[in-house]
Amino acid sequence: MGRARTLLVSAAVVLLGRRKRKPPENADRVVPKLPPNPGAEAVAIGLLFLAALFAVAFVVVYAVDSLPAHTQLLGLTLGLSLLAIAASLIVTAKKLVATEELVEPYTPDEHPGEQELLVQVVEESGDRLTRKRLFKMGLGAAGGTLGLAVLAPALSFGPFFQTKYYRGTPWRRGRRLVDEHFHPVRASDIEENGFYAAFPEGLSLDGREELGAGVVLVRLPVHALRLPPELHGYDAGGIVAYSKICTHAGCAISMYRAPLFQPDEPRPALVCPCHYSTFDPADGGSVTFGPAGRRLPMLPIGVDAKGYLRAKGNFDDEVGPTWWGTRIWKPSP
Amino acid sequence: MPAVVRAPRLALLVLLVAGVAATPAQQGKSLFGAHCLSCHGGNGAGTSRAPSLRNVGARAADFYLRTGYMPLPHLGLQPRRSRVLFDESQIRALVAYVASLGNGPAVPKPHPERGNLSAGQHLFSTHCAGCHQIAAQGGVVTGAIPPPLEDATDVQIAEAVRIGPYVMPSFSKKAISDRELDSIVRYVDWAKHPDNRGGWAIGDIGPVPEGLVTWFIAAAALVGLCVVIGKRLPHG
Amino acid sequence: MVGDPDLEAEPVIRKAVRFLDTRTGTTPIVRKTLRYLFPDHWSFLLGEVALYAFMVLVATGVYLTFFFVDSTHQVVYHGPYAPLAGQHMSEAYRSVLNISTTVKAGLLIRQTHHWAANVFVAAVILHLLRVFFTGAYRKPRELTYWIGVTMLMLALLEAYIGYSMVDDLLSGMGLVIGYSVGLSIPFVGGNLMAWLFHGPFPGQGVFWPRMYILHVFLFPLLIGGLLTAHLLLVAMRHHTQFRRRSSQSEHAVMGVPTWPGQAPRSLGLLFGTAGVLFLLGGLVQINPIWLWGPFHTYASTNGAQPDWYLGWLIGGLRLVPSFDLTIGSYTLVPNPFWGGAAFPLLVFGFLYLWPWIERRFSGDHAFHNLLERPRDNPIRTAIGTGVASWVVLVFIAGASDRATVLLDVPYTGQIDVYRVLVWVLPLVFAAVAYRLCEELQAAERVQRDEHEAEAEARLART
Repeated sequence: MGRARTLLVSAAVVLLGRRKRKPPENADRVVPKLPPNPGAEAVAIGLLFLAALFAVAFVVVYAVDSLPAHTQLLGLTLGLSLLAIAASLIVTAKKLVATEELVEPYTPDEHPGEQELLVQVVEESGDRLTRKRLFKMGLGAAGGTLGLAVLAPALSFGPFFQTKYYRGTPWRRGRRLVDEHFHPVRASDIEENGFYAAFPEGLSLDGREELGAGVVLVRLPVHALRLPPELHGYDAGGIVAYSKICTHAGCAISMYRAPLFQPDEPRPALVCPCHYSTFDPADGGSVTFGPAGRRLPMLPIGVDAKGYLRAKGNFDDEVGPTWWGTRIWKPSP
Repeated sequence: MPAVVRAPRLALLVLLVAGVAATPAQQGKSLFGAHCLSCHGGNGAGTSRAPSLRNVGARAADFYLRTGYMPLPHLGLQPRRSRVLFDESQIRALVAYVASLGNGPAVPKPHPERGNLSAGQHLFSTHCAGCHQIAAQGGVVTGAIPPPLEDATDVQIAEAVRIGPYVMPSFSKKAISDRELDSIVRYVDWAKHPDNRGGWAIGDIGPVPEGLVTWFIAAAALVGLCVVIGKRLPHG
Repeated sequence: MVGDPDLEAEPVIRKAVRFLDTRTGTTPIVRKTLRYLFPDHWSFLLGEVALYAFMVLVATGVYLTFFFVDSTHQVVYHGPYAPLAGQHMSEAYRSVLNISTTVKAGLLIRQTHHWAANVFVAAVILHLLRVFFTGAYRKPRELTYWIGVTMLMLALLEAYIGYSMVDDLLSGMGLVIGYSVGLSIPFVGGNLMAWLFHGPFPGQGVFWPRMYILHVFLFPLLIGGLLTAHLLLVAMRHHTQFRRRSSQSEHAVMGVPTWPGQAPRSLGLLFGTAGVLFLLGGLVQINPIWLWGPFHTYASTNGAQPDWYLGWLIGGLRLVPSFDLTIGSYTLVPNPFWGGAAFPLLVFGFLYLWPWIERRFSGDHAFHNLLERPRDNPIRTAIGTGVASWVVLVFIAGASDRATVLLDVPYTGQIDVYRVLVWVLPLVFAAVAYRLCEELQAAERVQRDEHEAEAEARLART
């Protein structure tokens, strides 16, 4: 009984606060004395308990994952708990602690005495050396070469000196074109105003990730083609095949402007969605708008005896975004 | 002289009766004459201003009229979803008339419930997302604006895929089978209310609205917090 | 019997302090730290916001590392998200799908992490702007400043790698673009990228663990180390201040001591920042990778953009007209170099060199502990405004296709206009900023003169 009474009294004392005891007798305080602010104190304490409530709510929401908008409730409870603590701290800062502003000197700009000592120590410690320049050269040579030597194995990260990997594509003379589902593509499947993608036959799904693999196919009326002399014969009766990878920055060309009524509407064009490089399929993929600096590589195609589309060789130019060697080497046929 | 002309009142009565009992195609013909003929030519033969409608069929007329793509406000514009000028019976009439102009395809009947959502997502990503954006929010191509698809009905989606209006490519049954089209329609329907489990979707187009939230909500709030906590310089 | 809490607190504190002193000997340092003075201005807290965002990044990031799989090995998805059922994707992408759909609180942590990254960079830039326009980078604080600019650069790279690791359609497109910019570096681009990716894009599977280790270990270590050096330098040289009172000068700093004044304010800012970030993480969707689908080199979507802090680069890439600089068949400078590499090099070069440039042309080699208000240095404010508006205009140009979609303004026309505006408008803004500074200063001079005249008049009357 006495224990319970004691507990009750202590709880009341803790909850209701108590008069501040006499401050220490020493007159020179470090932290200035300011009167208490019970209103602000109540708010600050209340906010802390509110934060606790939200934190508990967070755990409850976490446990009951059948709740709708689960992520939103989790964020709300945790966020509000944190904000309640923040509010409590800010109230404390503004109303409950002394936010006095003190003045003190900046740290000295320089320490001339220390500088002198340092310089002296360094200079005097080198007194026994007679060929300092040579020594420094030796240290430089050893440190420099060792540094480079230690970095040398980093060259193994990849083929730094081998640029041949840029020049290959999985296309070869005679290779059939297949669609997304690995079915060979017939010339008669390619209709005007349609937009198709194809890959070399025999490539796995993973292999298609190679930049030189995908091509876009469109059919233009033969009289509308204006291929330059070096690309004559690259089409298959009006069907033209270009690399799917934009020569600007490597995105897949996934847009085709196919006008339904030519006189009124923009001309056919292959367009890249990244920076809107626009290529003309009728004249060998020249750039008509956008930042691409190089026209689209064209794949020479023909129709075999059974009506399937086959590559007649490799692309006329390197596929993918341009690097220093792009115009030097052509993909091997 | 024909009896009709010798009796004007009788002629008028006959015309009236004929008008009331006119077939949709005939009613369509008069509507066509009023709204479409100046560009598409008599009997939809086409002119230098607009294509022939000879074999476009009910499918095209149904699409262009129900979306308000047609009539075009003026030449040279991209047809866009806008005010539908005609009521249901007028649309039926026009569709019937245009269908009668040749042997064009009928209005498609897609069945999205037969399609597969994941197949639709993959097909849309492969064939459509380049222009219409992966969540069908629309986008940009040089010289045209592929629209967002949230207002497109199932039939309109199927029609557009087959027709390829304006500069959109057209996808025949060889390119996208009817079953695949069902899946695409199912996906586009799903994309009208996509999975936004992360909260406020801010447009489903990614980083641009995310950046706006970063600056105008988060940074603004945090700078505000700093101003509350810290001091400001006095005036003067 | 419950004792007097006040009386009992004293022995506990005494015991703790005694323990600290006897075991570590650090009481002098602790006392100095507790009474270190923080000059009081709200704009001095912006760096802290960045710091706290970084802490949230590390905490949420560690959580994510326990679920993310850094492998490009292809798998078939059989999880609960129906629109991707049966599709091929990398393990990396699948693990993030898993975090977003299956791991309890996974999406909250993931989104908070991404929001924290966006806000971190924004806070760093706001802090940088404050430092620049008040001249805080001047002697003796150039080191602190250079460390800060380096941290900004690292933060951009770190964030880019972070969201590219997910292998979703959007970030994959961004990765191949980054690769292309690397390729476009004159002389060494091709070799460098083949080296980094282990072959041409998409490279070998080993590239993913490389990104992972850079993102979760090397870069955070680097940024953390630089951050420590940055804060130590600030403390050792002491924070700069505005001159608000005559008691302040180049030699006397006025501020709020760490304890008890500054600590609750800073802690409040910490919890406030964390609170805002978690609220965003739960309430506002960011990077919904399940909507984008997995990345393939042969796939792309319209409307793809990098995260906002790289928006200036996509602007650069889109604005440069079509040309490759060639010498015969050797391509000296492929097109992406200008907008993707030269542009940021110029901007960061300006940032690094600015303290030296200013010293050289103003002849001001003095120590500075006092800050200038932007109006107090019209030349610096004008130049800073010009460079900043250049970057912002290119940034806006990079999102001009959004204006096409929302406002029907033709895209090609916008690009043509921006190509001129990005060079002309910064000069205009710089000139306007200069005039504004001069006007504000003149107005203050007039006010001061009036006050002096009044004071003299009052003195004469007495």
